[in-house]
Amino acid sequence: MTTATTTPASTLAVQATGVGKVFPTKAGDVTALTGVELEVRAGEFVSLIGPSGCGKSTLLRLIADLDEATTGELTIFGKPARRARIDQDYGIAFQQAGLLPWRTVAANIGLPLELHKVPKAQREARVAELAELVGLTEFIDRYPDQLSGGMQQRVAIARALAASPKLLLMDEPFGALDEMTREYLQGELTRIAAETGAAVVFVTHSIPEAVFLSDRVVVMSPRPGRITDVVETGLGSVRDESLRENPAYFEKVTAVREALHGAKVERANER
Amino acid sequence: MSTAVVPGSRMPSWLRVVAPIVVGLLILAAWTLYVEFGDAPRMLPSPIAIGQEFVLRWGIIWDDMVVTASNALIGLTVGAILAVVLAGLAASAKPIDGMLAPLVAALAVIPIVAITPILNTMFGASSQFGRQAVATIAAFIPVFINVLRGLRQTRPVHRDVLRASAASGAQTFRMLTLPTAVPYLMTGLRVASSLAVIAALVAEYFGGPADGIGTSIATYAKSGRAALAWAYVGGGILIGLVFFLVTAFLERLVTRHAPG
Amino acid sequence: MSDFARAASPVAARRRTTGRGWTAAAWGALGILAVAVIWELYKFLGPADGVTIGATPGETGSGVMILPRTHDRAMPHIWTMVARLFEPTSGGATPPLVVTVAQAAVVTLGMAAVGWLIGVAVGMLLGLVMQRWKLLEWGLLPWIVVSQIVPLIAFAPVVNAIGNQIDRSGTPWPQWLSVAVIASYLAFFPVAIGVLRGLEAPDRIHVDLMRSYAAGYWATLFRLRLPASVPHLLPALRLAAANAVLGAVVAEVSIGMRGGIGRMLIQLAGQASSDPAAPWGPMFGSIVLGLIAAGSVALIGFGLKNYRRGEATA
Repeated sequence: MTTATTTPASTLAVQATGVGKVFPTKAGDVTALTGVELEVRAGEFVSLIGPSGCGKSTLLRLIADLDEATTGELTIFGKPARRARIDQDYGIAFQQAGLLPWRTVAANIGLPLELHKVPKAQREARVAELAELVGLTEFIDRYPDQLSGGMQQRVAIARALAASPKLLLMDEPFGALDEMTREYLQGELTRIAAETGAAVVFVTHSIPEAVFLSDRVVVMSPRPGRITDVVETGLGSVRDESLRENPAYFEKVTAVREALHGAKVERANER
Repeated sequence: MSTAVVPGSRMPSWLRVVAPIVVGLLILAAWTLYVEFGDAPRMLPSPIAIGQEFVLRWGIIWDDMVVTASNALIGLTVGAILAVVLAGLAASAKPIDGMLAPLVAALAVIPIVAITPILNTMFGASSQFGRQAVATIAAFIPVFINVLRGLRQTRPVHRDVLRASAASGAQTFRMLTLPTAVPYLMTGLRVASSLAVIAALVAEYFGGPADGIGTSIATYAKSGRAALAWAYVGGGILIGLVFFLVTAFLERLVTRHAPG
Repeated sequence: MSDFARAASPVAARRRTTGRGWTAAAWGALGILAVAVIWELYKFLGPADGVTIGATPGETGSGVMILPRTHDRAMPHIWTMVARLFEPTSGGATPPLVVTVAQAAVVTLGMAAVGWLIGVAVGMLLGLVMQRWKLLEWGLLPWIVVSQIVPLIAFAPVVNAIGNQIDRSGTPWPQWLSVAVIASYLAFFPVAIGVLRGLEAPDRIHVDLMRSYAAGYWATLFRLRLPASVPHLLPALRLAAANAVLGAVVAEVSIGMRGGIGRMLIQLAGQASSDPAAPWGPMFGSIVLGLIAAGSVALIGFGLKNYRRGEATA
């Protein structure tokens, strides 16, 4: 649908070299992120995990070109982040669904397509397809305030997928949902990611969620925000409910917890 | 609409309609009794006498209602358009905001009808312009304040969504900023509608042509025809009510799916 | 229906950024200067008889004048207006206009202040009882809203007449009290609405917390509802002050009371053809009056700033 499909598979979805971000405040500069080296391969699922203030959301916003990096270089499918945003090479979802309250579900999903002047018939077909994908076909004419939180988040995911991006950026998208809805949507997300073949960068503060979803879990630590560890899950491509009972899964949960714990102890010492 | 749950009391919803009617009847009864049996001044006739005059003189009252209502409508329309344009400018350019903010803050607290005599000198005493201008300024203030506020109410997550979708500035304005501001515009219009009517009416007290509801109230009150003066007051209330109900209805329509 | 606060609070919110106060004042001064420049520029460039559209030739008074006449009688120079302030009020040995205007403004301000106090008291009472008893809110609120559609000039003479009756019957009731009562009619409205909204402003969890402490109505009122209502109350009080000034000016004119600024304005406007700059004196006076009234109420806000911490900025 867009230029994203023409990108060679060998290209990295995300490549960050020496990326840093400094926010100037009244009390002086605050280093939110420093020396970030990260590569995300096409089709790979990578989670960013860490305590509050570790810069995981900041990193995601830099990748999305919602903020600009102060130092370092950041490329998306080999292009600068800004170019990638304009070419719509990625889709994004936030913790708040961020649906426009005056638009129906269909109009919300179709928003990015409408912005890029996709013809109406084509748009409608794509919206129907996406609604099907996230299981909201019957709710297409509803307004956001008539949906549950989980359904709103599914609309947001469908909207992120509208332009068929090869990269999905997600900032704690299930953070405000209850555990049951959360697990259900995690399953749905792995299925959708597999079906679309998109790479995913997923910000979370839940260890089980990160392990369940990801090929790699990137562990981050605050003050200044940086990457401290990377855990390969090696859990294969099939992510179903049985995985949650799998010893290999528990092992990786422990590994990530220990990686985080190191960061936590270190933080406690700082005080 | 949720059913109002008042802790400790459960009241049927029909009371919501009946309560104001009962209060209204009580007011009318007290008024009538005061006029009939109390020591009411001659300026205050009974509601019955006013009603009779209102029906009897409907023809001339209507003519003056048209004058005042059209002044108010012109004021409301021009004031709202000016307010939207200037609020748009203020929202997009800091210097304009800086210059307008204190002026509007000052305009909001000064008695605007006081400029009517001066406007009458500027535009000539036979012109309705002074009244229309006063109504315009009266309507301008709440619309400006609300629209400017509404234009700044876009939520960060929505701005991020639009930016992530690589929307242009114009697209963001059309798809996000404007729809967010519309409920605020409607609230401003509702507040402005009553103010425009009152301003147009009161401005008639400060000179200008010898027509309109306000002028008639003054004339008949002075010549001792209190019931007719009050019938004109009824006409004024009718105008205000129509303006208010129409704008309140529009506001309801628009705010249905808006947050908050 | 938080819309009333929506309509009223941004000015307050802006004022709190005191650090940028001086730049804001500078911008404001520039804005006033711009208005003055536009005035003089139009006076210089515009046609002497104004711009009229849709006029029938040869017929005076036809058509709609959309831009004013620019000759000195209609639009005096700004410096003429200022100079006029320091000339005698009505020739001879009378005091300068600015002194007379100030005296009249003080009279009106006094009446407005009393009207404000009455209005605030009545408005608070109404707000309190409406919040306490839902049934009263249902019964009264529609009429309170409708009350503001009734032009106050309608019952101004009635209030005046009742006042005279009371005065004649022995209890002293000076005319200025009638003006204050009429002014309070405009002042009570924002307060009643603001108090009602403010008292209902506390978060659900705070109300539940008070319930869990088994706190009664009065304890909840003083510990929670009143403090929480401050952000709604302050703009309401300021709006009430502006309304009280407007009410006092209009009331003076409609009951024909002497000594105040409204009456003075009408009087000088009547002589505008021979003395065009004179009515601008009381007009500037009424602007200053409105600013003083709203400004003094804004001072209350400084004392209560701890109660405004959560207030949203515009």
